[in-house]
Amino acid sequence: MDIQMLADEVPVEGEYSLEGIDFITSGEQYLTFLLADEQYAVDILCVEEIRSWENPTRIPNSPGYIKGVINMRGIIVPIVDLRMKFNIGEANYCETTVVIVLTVETENKTRTIGFVVDAVSDVLNVEVNEIKPAPAFGGCVPQNYLDGLVNVGENVVTLLNVNTLQEIEKHQLI
Amino acid sequence: MSVDLSQFIPSFLEESFEGLELMESSLLNLEQGDDETINSIFRAAHSIKGGAGTFGFNHVTEFTHLVETLLDEMRDGRRNIDPDDVELLLESVDCMRLLIEAIRDESECNSEKIAENSRLLRQTLASSGSVISEVVTINVDELATENNNDMTTWQIKFIPEHHLVQTGNDPLLLFNALADLGEITVVANAKELPALNDIDAEELYLSWCLTLRSNASEDDIKEVFEWVEDECELILIKEENVKLSKISVDVSSAEGVSDESTLSELCVSSSKIATNTPEPSQKNNVDKPAGKSKNDLGSIRVGVDKVDSLINLVGELVITQSMLSELGNDFDLSKVERLNAGLEQLLQNTKELQESVMRIRMLPISFAFNRFPRLVHDLSKKTGKEIELILKGEQTELDKTVMEQIGDPLVHLVRNAVDHGIESAQVRLANGKPEKGTIILDAYHQGGSIVIEISDDGGGIDRQAVFNKALEKGLVDESTTLTDSQVFDLIFEPGFSTAKELSDISGRGVGMDVVKQNIQSLGGRIQVESEQGKGSTFRVNLPLTLAILDGQLVRVGREVYIIPLITIVESLQPQKTLINRVSGDMLLYRLREDNVPVIPIYQLFNIPCEFEHIERCLLVVVEADGQKIGLMVDDLLAQQQVVIKSLNDNYQQVEGVSGATILGDGSVAMILDVPGIITMALSKAQSNQQNQSHVTPSISAGVIS
Amino acid sequence: MIQVLVVDDSNSIRDMVSFTLKSAGYETVEAKDGQDGLNKAQNGTFDLVISDVNMPIMDGITLCQELRKLPTFKFTPILMLTTESSGDMKMRGKAAGATGWLVKPFNPEKLLATIKRVVR
Repeated sequence: MDIQMLADEVPVEGEYSLEGIDFITSGEQYLTFLLADEQYAVDILCVEEIRSWENPTRIPNSPGYIKGVINMRGIIVPIVDLRMKFNIGEANYCETTVVIVLTVETENKTRTIGFVVDAVSDVLNVEVNEIKPAPAFGGCVPQNYLDGLVNVGENVVTLLNVNTLQEIEKHQLI
Repeated sequence: MSVDLSQFIPSFLEESFEGLELMESSLLNLEQGDDETINSIFRAAHSIKGGAGTFGFNHVTEFTHLVETLLDEMRDGRRNIDPDDVELLLESVDCMRLLIEAIRDESECNSEKIAENSRLLRQTLASSGSVISEVVTINVDELATENNNDMTTWQIKFIPEHHLVQTGNDPLLLFNALADLGEITVVANAKELPALNDIDAEELYLSWCLTLRSNASEDDIKEVFEWVEDECELILIKEENVKLSKISVDVSSAEGVSDESTLSELCVSSSKIATNTPEPSQKNNVDKPAGKSKNDLGSIRVGVDKVDSLINLVGELVITQSMLSELGNDFDLSKVERLNAGLEQLLQNTKELQESVMRIRMLPISFAFNRFPRLVHDLSKKTGKEIELILKGEQTELDKTVMEQIGDPLVHLVRNAVDHGIESAQVRLANGKPEKGTIILDAYHQGGSIVIEISDDGGGIDRQAVFNKALEKGLVDESTTLTDSQVFDLIFEPGFSTAKELSDISGRGVGMDVVKQNIQSLGGRIQVESEQGKGSTFRVNLPLTLAILDGQLVRVGREVYIIPLITIVESLQPQKTLINRVSGDMLLYRLREDNVPVIPIYQLFNIPCEFEHIERCLLVVVEADGQKIGLMVDDLLAQQQVVIKSLNDNYQQVEGVSGATILGDGSVAMILDVPGIITMALSKAQSNQQNQSHVTPSISAGVIS
Repeated sequence: MIQVLVVDDSNSIRDMVSFTLKSAGYETVEAKDGQDGLNKAQNGTFDLVISDVNMPIMDGITLCQELRKLPTFKFTPILMLTTESSGDMKMRGKAAGATGWLVKPFNPEKLLATIKRVVR
């Protein structure tokens, strides 16, 4: 085959779309979810899966927001209730309560943790220049968990830092 | 093209360690005139040298070259097998190991020891008048670029012998190689070609005249003909200065007179070339593997048969699965029997598959035993005691992880046997024993565990001495009556040592208590039997694997926990009369002579339970570190094998829990860490004592009607 | 496809030779000593044999002699892979019918260049 023809077929950045998902290379995609009536979001690339709530096995003497561990295809995954962790709303478990399982690879290890949220809402495209720094005062969510704020229509979505979320040791300290 | 071979470094390292082990064990068994053993030692050294050269590990190549030279002399019979030389070779094996370990760990090794050892090797070699040829580590690319760029025209006359092709050489390919050096014209001479009828198809009758225009040196051209130089007449003429050399004659005569001195000269000069090799390229070679080794999680070499059996089992599993899913497609009650049969088959398949997978991690215990011949050899030299070591059951298989961790405790026990067990020759003779002491290392399977025995025919343990020492240390009091085995167990108490003076061998501050701890941390136990004057036997009991354990499932409230079976002494229904409450809130249960502290799991783990009253509960008596405790649980469930999963991967270490497992229904259950629970309970009791004023009795031992 | 029989008792060397050859588009069959090599040679056809010299059970020199007795190996190039660069070993190899030799330390580029001299 002609080299030029091959070259023509190679996709060029930013002009591609596939089954409704936009490939926007300048921005990132986030999964948004609800804690009470507040909207939060995490990097969608880290989302391993979304599960319905099931009763986990307790971990002895662990803090209350660590609900326990579940078996996800043979992997033992701890479950953190973000509502209790951040003190937002009430930690009740009903049909819409879901667990977002995040997997983050750091230099030396991969960690998989499930987070209990009230509901998953949408996939959000965010351009880098749309992200505004979070105000440094008030709020239940510690500053180091925040990546910034994004305005969506009339609402504000808080972007959470997946790396901080995955550091269970720090959860213990706060 | 460039081929990256650094991926083969781990396998080279692994092979080298195996080679070193073979060298060591063969050296220990070496006898005069045992050619095959010498040859295999030589071969191992030779392979290490070859591999090291490939990867540019020049320290290893240079050092091993000396070892190889010495071995070569022994192999050729130029040198007798002298005990001192064998000793030197053993030391050298240690040095090689240091060098190779340094490569693996990307660290510096003790270069003083290496230098001293190579000095001794050189000295030994020199004493017999042998000449050490230096290692040839020529960088081919370097040599090639050193040539000047002047174009020269060469006239080459190539007259091969008729049988040339019978060694697989093909003139055409030789000419191709020449063509790579420059521009070439070839003229064939068919004068010698016989009449068609007389031609032997396997012979070559042609000769050639070639003209080569190239910047290659004379050596480059000769190199092309290197393999055929004795089978042809080759005349090389350089057109400018018409230099003629008849290689066929020159080389063969040179070959004839080539003695060691010319060889060494030649080699020395090439070693100079080697040192000229630019630094960066060497660095590259060394750096690459180092980066990899950091992520190296260790590998297991698995026999093909084991993998094959695994594949067969998976095949059967797939068949069972498809049978079951077909059955499920339109299931009615008439098919229950077939379903049962299918499930039975599934159970069988799963069990076999599990066993096969576990077997992959299993290695023969000879991997742990093989260091002992050398150790005993060295110790026996040091102590002046003559000792024979007998290894038995070396093929007994054991999990790789267990194997790696049992090494040090075993070394300690063997050192102990040499140092404290075996008596000096005089004492032995006086007691009517053979002068030579015997130590036996034995391994065998017993149920789901492996037993390793270290026995010696030495003096045995002096019961009275141990008892007196224990008195002195305050471990027992005068009035205590102890059985023999209870007395012997005292030697595993922390800080206990009966040796009158600290010896260099086993008195290194590490006591038998550490040995016991290590074995316990592997889920094993150690016992000792001894008869004064006859000897002692230390028996180590270990689980076959750390990945699976036999567990007792228990229920506390809504939670299911797993208690490792190996820690369980017994399970019982508490009897009211045997419950005692002491010092306010501590419950003790009288188990025959022992008073066993009772620890309610619900309290320790802060969870709701069904029964808070001890009389309604069940008591699982477990033992760790010589301490018995009674765990209070609501119910005993099944006993089953569980696969141990780490909580660390995604969470962290949890006190009182050694890991988790997945039960048949897919739920997760925690595996209890019995030694950890004992520590937890102890620290809890201590903090309770400190805040005694606030304490309310935490267990109600009150009578329930 | 060019078939090469690689005989060496060292797993790592054998793997490296084989890897180098495969990445250059040759097919390889591996044998762990001379006897193994001979057995495999009898059960297949090869365009080239690369063998170590010093091996247990059957050494490379003997292997070479045995191979030359087989009609299918009469003209097959046989290269000895050796660290013993001494003339003596080379002469013994030639006498046994070896085509040529490669002196270790093993170098992939050199190996491939050398092979071009013996196979088309």
